[in-house]
This record gives sequence, C-alpha cells and structure tokens, in this order.
Amino acid sequence: MTTTAAPIPGERTAEKKNPGAAPRRRRSGRLRKIGLPYLLLLPALLLELLVHLVPMIIGIVVSFRQLTQFYIRDWATAPWAGFDNYAVSVDFDAPVGEALVQSFLTTCLFTLLSVSLCWFLGTAAAVFMQETFRGRGFLRTLFLVPYALPVYAAVITWAFMFQRDNGIINHVIHDQLGLTDSPPFWLIGDNAFVTLLVVSVWKGWPFAFLIMMAGLQNIPRDIYEAAALDGAGVWQQIRRITLPSLRPVNQVLVLVLFLWTFNDFNTPFVLFGKAAPASADLISIHIYQSSFQTWNFGTGSAMSVLLLLFLLVVTGLYLLFTSRGKQATDA
Amino acid sequence: MPRTAQRKAPPSPMAPPQSFLWARRTFLTLLTVFVVLPVFVMITSSLKPLEDVTGKFQWIPSGLTISPYFDIWDTVPLADYFMNSLIVAGAATVCSVVIAVFAAYAVSRYNFRGKRVFTVTVLSTQMFPGILFLLPLFLIYVNIGNATGIALFGSRAGLIITYLTFSLPFSIWMLIGYFDSVPRDLDEAAKVDGCGPLGALFRVIVPAAIPGIVAVAVYAFMTAWGEVLFASVMTNDTTRTLAVGLQGYSTQNDVYWNQVMAASLVVSLPVVAGFLLLQRYLVAGLTAGAVK
Repeated sequence: MTTTAAPIPGERTAEKKNPGAAPRRRRSGRLRKIGLPYLLLLPALLLELLVHLVPMIIGIVVSFRQLTQFYIRDWATAPWAGFDNYAVSVDFDAPVGEALVQSFLTTCLFTLLSVSLCWFLGTAAAVFMQETFRGRGFLRTLFLVPYALPVYAAVITWAFMFQRDNGIINHVIHDQLGLTDSPPFWLIGDNAFVTLLVVSVWKGWPFAFLIMMAGLQNIPRDIYEAAALDGAGVWQQIRRITLPSLRPVNQVLVLVLFLWTFNDFNTPFVLFGKAAPASADLISIHIYQSSFQTWNFGTGSAMSVLLLLFLLVVTGLYLLFTSRGKQATDA
Repeated sequence: MPRTAQRKAPPSPMAPPQSFLWARRTFLTLLTVFVVLPVFVMITSSLKPLEDVTGKFQWIPSGLTISPYFDIWDTVPLADYFMNSLIVAGAATVCSVVIAVFAAYAVSRYNFRGKRVFTVTVLSTQMFPGILFLLPLFLIYVNIGNATGIALFGSRAGLIITYLTFSLPFSIWMLIGYFDSVPRDLDEAAKVDGCGPLGALFRVIVPAAIPGIVAVAVYAFMTAWGEVLFASVMTNDTTRTLAVGLQGYSTQNDVYWNQVMAASLVVSLPVVAGFLLLQRYLVAGLTAGAVK
C-alpha cells in the first residue's frame, strides 16, 4: 500500500486525507485508487465546464429569449421569445437576415480561398524543404515567425502597410510600378476582402508548413530510393509518393485550418476595427457587432447557435467522408 | 518523442534535376519576401522619424532615430498594458500547465470509466469559435459578480481563468503524448521504492517530460499573450492588456506609425524569442498529435 510510505513532499496531500487507522486506511486507499484519476481531472473538467460548456448551454437558452441590455443584470428574467430570434436571423428578405446570409457567404468564400492558399504554400514549402540544402534550417525558423508573432502586432503592421497614402503596398504598386491610376483604398470597400485574405494567408500558412514538415518525416526514405532506382524523377516521386503519403495528415490539417479560418475574429477585428467593411464582414465579427453594438443578445445568441450547428454538421460530414475514403483506400 | 529534427536526411540517390532546383529557388525566394516584408516594415519604420511615416513610404529613411522606443511609453500607458499582459499570461500559463499535468497524468497512467468521453469533450471545446461563448460567459461573469461580489468581469482573474481554458485542451493532449513516451517501468519502480502516485508524477514523470512541459508552457503563454476578442470585451481601463492597448495608437487622430511599429516590436519580442528558442520542443509537441 502506497499510503504507508514515509511522508515525502509529493505524498503530503494523500496523507492528510487519510489520518484513520490501518483498516480504514486500506478501504479509503482503494477508494482513492479508483477516485484518483477523477480527482486529477477535476480542475480541468470544472474549468472547461465553467468557461465552455455551461456558457454554450446558456447561449442556447438565451437564444430563445428576448435579451436586451435591460436584462443583462438578471438574464433569467428576460421574456421568452420562442423561435423569434431564429426567425429574425433567417428571414433573408429583412435587413438582419440578409446581412447575416451575406456575411455567411463572404465567410465561406474567404475560408475556401484562405485554406486553399495556406495549404498550398505550406505543402509546397515543406516538399521543397524535404531535402537538406544550405540555409534550410534558417529558412525554417524564419517561416515560423508569422506563427510566433502575436496576432495584433502582425496585423497592425499589415494595416500600416495597406494604408492608402503612406503604406508600402501602394508605394510599390502605384508609385513605383504604376499599376493603378490612383492609389487604391485597401481597408475600406471591396478591396478589403483581398487585404483580409493576404493577411490571413500570411498568418496561417506556417501552421500548414509545420504539420506538413512533420508528416513528411514519417515517410520512409527507402521508398524514395526504390522509386529512384526504378527511374522515377523528382516530380514523379512528389506526385506518386509524397502527396499520397500525406493524406492522413491532410485530414486533420484541413479540418483545423477550416475551423480556425471560418471562426477568425482577431484578424478582421484588428485590421478594420469594430466595423468591418461589408466585403470583409466575417461571421464572427458580424455576430459580435449584432450583439455588442446593438446590445441585442438574443439575436446574437441565435446566430451563434446557427453557426455552431453549421460547424458541427460540416465537421461531422467531413470526418465521415474522409474516414470512409481512408477505409476504401486501406481495403 | 518524435523530435522533428531528423535534420540530416541522407543524400538523395539521384541529384534533383535543374527544373526542380529552379522551381525551389523561385518559390522559396518569393515566399521569403512575403514572410519578411511585414517584419522589415515593422523594424525599419520603428526607427524612422515621424515625417517619414506620415508621408509617402520611403525605402531609405531620411534619418534614423530611436526616440519612438522612448515615446511609446508616454503616448499610451504601455507599461501598464505590458504589466497586465505579463500578469495575465504568466498566471494563465502556470495554472494551465499544473492543471494539464494532473489531467494528462490521469489519462496516461490510469484506466477509468469515461476516459474517452473526457478526452473527446475537452478536445472538442477547442473547435468552437470564441464568439459562441463570449456572450454567455460575459453574462456568467457579470452574474457571479452580482451574486458573490467576486469581480470576474473586467478583472485580471476573469481573464486568467478564461485564457487558461483556451490552452488547456491542447496542453493536455500534448502532455498525454509526452507522458506516454516516459516508460511505465520508471514510475512503477518509484512506487515500489515508496513513492505515492503523486510522488511518482513529480519525481519521475515530470522531470522526464520537461521538454513537453516547456512546450506546453510556451504554447499557453503565446495563446494568452495574443488573444484579442475576450480582452476587448472583458477588460477595463486598469486591466487592459496589450492586445487591446496597442490599438490605442491607431485610433487617435494622429497615428504615430513609427511608435505603433516600435510598440509592436517590443510586445512581440518576448513571445517570438521564446518561441524561436524553444521551437524544437514546441514543434514536436504541436505536430505529434496531428501526425499520429
């Protein structure tokens, strides 16, 4: 029995709980043996419950209530609204619903482009850097800098670069290359979408690179050697060996990139401030504004729940299809 | 542990053709320019006098000055923000690491009912967008404050609790991997020698998994240091963190861009330096789960 051991620092908590006599000690020792893992998990579980799960449930409840700023101090007294909040959110002919669907479509397009570009840059860089060459280690570290920089510091710098009158981007494309008649605005209007995409890809691709680099190292070297002996060139090896071997890594990577990009709040928030231009009005920003600018928490929560349902369905379908595809190739 | 660094790959049996070498050179050069450009702008602009950053962009500055690095502390209360960020991120990191060590130990070394449910639930909280629970959490904190007088909303404590749960799922996941790689014989031997379960954890497993714990700590610190959404809602003038405070330079009528850049550089240094120094551990931990 471990409890009979001499008191040592790590043992102190255990000793304190079992001051009883020997038989009792054995019983509570067995109890503790079963209970110990739960005890160890308790802090993590409590905190996750407090900050994630309970709020999510409250969010669902609130979405059925008419919660405005008058009820914040005592949200349980807010009148029930039935499905009114949802009806408002998905009434696509009315302004609220129309703006929501617009924001949703913008987010979808943005996510599709950003994830594709991040994936492409990350994969290409990882494949090109699979073989050692001079400066490879340095480049690898350099490529991780966007990932390491705090989002706000990086995005503020991009905001400066995209300034119309004193930014580096307009200086290059207008003043130096003469590509435009007048310096374009990048942070308002339709161009804001492009700006957001550039910053998002800059920020996001190193993660794809990291994961892909790790995935590449799991491919046994002798496959390449065998392929080379059979006369396969480098490009053929990449197409026939490298990319297919990365498929399992891809499954996780694409899902994570999708969720991060779709839910991205920080980038547009720091880039555009609280009011993002319509062309770059991502769903997180949209819900934030619907809730905190207008203090209409009921509608904001209904939108959040709809977003959650959408993410669950997409994630579920994605896992279903990619896993089935995997089983088919395994068989 | 899968140290990502099998750095020295054996030479390829076939020298790559010129087309591959040129494609690689071109691609990596363009990518480097893309990656470095903001860093270049950040560093050079922070050393320029104000007239250089308010007028047209200039590759060659009219003069170099380090005064932005002194002015940033006066224009906005940057030192206060810095202190707040340091306290919040530091406390969140310590708590997150300790809690994650306990949880990962339970999952790695014990079989119990609900183990799978626990890991899946905790990990899945990672995928939900912050905006989903921002509103309700705001309500919870306000109501806890009204009911008990414990001010979570607007206080550092509220932010610390929130942030530590952000890094917790991933930290637990990473640590389970590290703990699994510590041979069970070691802690069994410690138990035979009279260590209790916690003794085995702190005397054997934790020392053996130090790289993983360092990685988790860096990850937790970076997460807390860089968070914007909750900081923007849950802080007030005295508890404001850098994530929100840094925007103070750009919302004023005159934007002191050289100071903004200097401040960005200063607030980035702790995390970037930490990350790059410890990248090997962190990368191994971050990627282990995805590759497994």
